[in-house]
Amino acid sequence: MSTVVTRVPGRVARRRRSPRTGALGVTSGLGLGVAMLWFSLLVLIPLTAVVATTVGGGWDSFVAALTNEQTAAAVRLTVEQSLLVTAVNVVMGTAIAWVLVRDRFWGRAALDVVIDIPFALPTIVAGLVLLALYGPGSPLGVDVANTGSAVFLALAFVTLPFVVRTVQPVLEELEHDAEEAAASLGATGLTTFRRIILPSLAPAIAAGAALSFARGISEYGSLVLLSGNLPLKTEVASVRVLTYVENGDPAAAAAVATIMLAVAVTVIVLLDVLQRRVARRG
Amino acid sequence: MSIEVAGVSKRFGDFVALDDVSVTIPSGQLTALLGPSGGGKSTLLRIIAGLESSDTGTIHIEGTEATHLPAQKRNVGFVFQHYAAFKHMSVAKNVAFGLEIRRRPKNEVRARVDELLRLVHLQQFAHRLPAQLSGGQRQRMALARALAVEPTVLLLDEPFGALDAKVRKELRDWLRRLHDEVHVTTVFVTHDQEEALEVADEIVVINEGRIEQVGTPDQLYDEPANDFVMSFLGPVTRLDGELVRPHDLDVLDHDRVLGATPGTVTRVVRVGFEVRLAVRTAVEPDVSVVLTRAEARGLGVDVGSPVWLVPTRGATTVPVMPRATAG
Repeated sequence: MSTVVTRVPGRVARRRRSPRTGALGVTSGLGLGVAMLWFSLLVLIPLTAVVATTVGGGWDSFVAALTNEQTAAAVRLTVEQSLLVTAVNVVMGTAIAWVLVRDRFWGRAALDVVIDIPFALPTIVAGLVLLALYGPGSPLGVDVANTGSAVFLALAFVTLPFVVRTVQPVLEELEHDAEEAAASLGATGLTTFRRIILPSLAPAIAAGAALSFARGISEYGSLVLLSGNLPLKTEVASVRVLTYVENGDPAAAAAVATIMLAVAVTVIVLLDVLQRRVARRG
Repeated sequence: MSIEVAGVSKRFGDFVALDDVSVTIPSGQLTALLGPSGGGKSTLLRIIAGLESSDTGTIHIEGTEATHLPAQKRNVGFVFQHYAAFKHMSVAKNVAFGLEIRRRPKNEVRARVDELLRLVHLQQFAHRLPAQLSGGQRQRMALARALAVEPTVLLLDEPFGALDAKVRKELRDWLRRLHDEVHVTTVFVTHDQEEALEVADEIVVINEGRIEQVGTPDQLYDEPANDFVMSFLGPVTRLDGELVRPHDLDVLDHDRVLGATPGTVTRVVRVGFEVRLAVRTAVEPDVSVVLTRAEARGLGVDVGSPVWLVPTRGATTVPVMPRATAG
């Protein structure tokens, strides 16, 4: 009796949905509409405007802006340091997440909270803190002001939480059984990590890395104070964009923005490809 | 040659999971660790596998001292209740894992994986992911994976616990047949007495961290060491201070048998071919009796009928308080 009763609604529901594949119900249609509108207003229109401004300035001014020695150096520095910081975060972030999930030690709960502070702090405040700690009057005796290390340090500081926070929940949900199974099959801890755990973490690590890289190439507030914005040396792309805008050259600013956009898209796509590779391996 | 567990104790905080357990598990047989949940049977299995360490005592596996060997070095196949599949690997890759770890040549690995997948009837699923298999298929994959490394012993922790009743029954028949083919020393944990009685050559009954009895299914059923084993292996009722199985009672409509207990039928329930009676005697609670339909019709019992109860000749009975008297 009960099987008949439970089966009927299931069948009806399926029939209601299946003949109209592609067509959406009122609620999901509304949902999709709202989502697309919001997405367009916030993302698509501004991005198109940036590209349009670049195109409006003409091909020559685009090339001129990018072949400018100072701009090229700024873009190179930004991308290099962001890649470096992302690589460090992939390793350190995963390690910190591992320690937070798998180890029990005094102060773990406190560390768990502190991880978010670089992210929660207003970036200019982070810049001030870094300048006070690693600037000319450093109480630690470390003065990296006006050097490339300043850019790296500032980026590392603000992007620390990304990989930690994406990997942590996945690690928490990971079944311990699979690791024990690998161990009973003779796998060492390292092999188990490489072939069983890492493939499960890869999507989360890639997501964290993408966030970390994106934040890195767009960072401004935390590094302006410590890096000193020296042309050809410690000036980053975002500072360069601001300079162009202040000098009344929006087309050149848009050209730099477009390049950064292209770099961001490329890196995010590459990370996704890499992540799929690792997740499938084993 | 066997698995020898000697004086093993294990505590988790205040909870005593195993209390000075010693048992010898024979080679080449299928042994069940049977007992209620939380009785320590899974802990014992995990200690044998090296996935848990014991506080005291020693483990020998086929003559090798294994007490302090890590799980990796015990050459033990382990099958988990929830499959523990490597989710990102195909079925074939899962089975090949242990062999790849041992750096066996590629063609040897392929041949062995093919052979095992045929053994567990999964050859057509070799390239699927575990998520695309049913629970029963996943557990067969896990079994093939454990067998791939030719383990000295195969340990299964409630292997059919997560499966529905029909698949569970199929798989346990299949495990029995597989064992008859492969002959690897196998220990499986279960809380289902029917599963243990049906599949195992030998049963170890564990309760509250202690071993209650070790024996063949027949020994356990016919000569239970105490009231716990008796009541865990099947339904029991109490007659005159003794435990007896409800189907081992004769119901008489006269008092001419010496020692028969008089009573009155208070309830009659018919379920298919059997008739269940509740009989009120001088002592509480009511005695339950199971008769066949034909026996009940022959007696003509109904609610209120006066009857006399006596254990059938050859019935197994156990005194209700054996712990105080039996050693």
